[in-house]
Amino acid sequence: MKYANIAITVSYLNQYIKEKIANDEYLNHILIKGEISNFKHHYTGHMYFTLKDEKSLVKCIMFKSYAQKLNFTPKDGMKVFILGSVSVFERDGVYQVYAQAMEEDGVGDLYAKYQELKEKLEKEGLFDEAHKKPIPVIPKVIGVLTSQTGSVIRDIINVSTRRNPNVYIRLLPVAVQGEGAAEKIADGIRYMNQNHLADVLILARGGGSLEDLWPFNEEIVARAIYDSEIPIISAVGHETDFSISDFVADLRAPTPSAAAELAVPDIYEVKQKILGYQNRLRISLIKKVELMQMRYEKCMASSVFKEPTRKIQDQYLVVDQYIKKLENIIKTKYEKEKSTFIELTAKLDAYSPLKTLLRGYSITEKDGKIVNKVAELKSGDEILIRLADGKKNATIRD
Amino acid sequence: MEKNKNFEEQMAELEKIVTELEKGDLSLDDSVAKFEEGIKLSKECNKVLEEAEKKITILVNQDGDMKEENFDAENN
Repeated sequence: MKYANIAITVSYLNQYIKEKIANDEYLNHILIKGEISNFKHHYTGHMYFTLKDEKSLVKCIMFKSYAQKLNFTPKDGMKVFILGSVSVFERDGVYQVYAQAMEEDGVGDLYAKYQELKEKLEKEGLFDEAHKKPIPVIPKVIGVLTSQTGSVIRDIINVSTRRNPNVYIRLLPVAVQGEGAAEKIADGIRYMNQNHLADVLILARGGGSLEDLWPFNEEIVARAIYDSEIPIISAVGHETDFSISDFVADLRAPTPSAAAELAVPDIYEVKQKILGYQNRLRISLIKKVELMQMRYEKCMASSVFKEPTRKIQDQYLVVDQYIKKLENIIKTKYEKEKSTFIELTAKLDAYSPLKTLLRGYSITEKDGKIVNKVAELKSGDEILIRLADGKKNATIRD
Repeated sequence: MEKNKNFEEQMAELEKIVTELEKGDLSLDDSVAKFEEGIKLSKECNKVLEEAEKKITILVNQDGDMKEENFDAENN
């Protein structure tokens, strides 16, 4: 009971707050943006939902009379702008936004459109790596599609001329934002292709909101890029922005200057490369000649040339050796034959009649035949008497 | 744009000749021939670079057809 007379009641509190808010001019006409969630369209025709952003939310109500005037059907996740007032619903001690008008917040739905198109084109294969063309190493003409005013084209020209003082840049000015920009960009790409006006194309624009960058998220630009024969480098928005053109292009560069660096070869480097080739040519030829030289000298140094006759002498040696061998063979053969001969003659001597002759005997022959019986001889026969040291003729007397 | 394609092909050809010569298994005559071919090609490549001349142009649509004019980014 202590404070009974000084404490205020809950309803008094809520009523007091309601008064406070009702008197606040600003809160009677406010424009809020946020994302719709747990949206309910009550059978009474009134709409109940909450409006939120990343950090907080507020309850909203849109009476039927206002709800009927909407030209779109709100649904969860939709980003909207709401015109209305704030008031307290005393019973629950809750403040709410009483919406009188609501409009889609472009960004919200733009982002959704972006996502939708991205998925669609991705499924169709427009982002496939396999389809992407290589950027020519040394393109002769750099085509650029961007606005002719502003820093983008200046950056591209500066970077390009720094890398190649003799660069050939062909700018086809296009609108890079706003109504009709997408069509101009797509036409530009087709025009450069039809007339073979470049060896590589840079599609570039500076930073901006999603809405500013929107042309580069349009399907016709995506298809124009995809169909382009000329390789395309896309550099749209800030480093962190990824437009659909970036996904479809053959190469994405974070900034226009980076795109220029990717498109324009550093001429100094190319010249160095050529110089390098020339040196390697010279060195390898010199090495080849040296190698041949060495082989030549090795041949010259070989004995065949130093002492050409040497070879012949070697052959002589070989021949001599053969001759010697032959001689030896014959000699040994001869010796062998001789000894067998001696052996045989010795044997012959042993049985030889001459031996007996030596001992004083003689051999009598008649008509070339040896006579060994008296009967074989008759008087007057001519006979030959062979003695050791010769022979004599004789006639038989009786 | 045809001519440009050749420049890239020339550079690729030059690279090929150099690697072939470096392999070292060519006869002396072939090596000399390859060397001369390589040097000639490298001179041609250099010539293309020397001859290129700076051009910064803009394609302007003058009542229907496109004209190519010089473009100066600074005072545009």
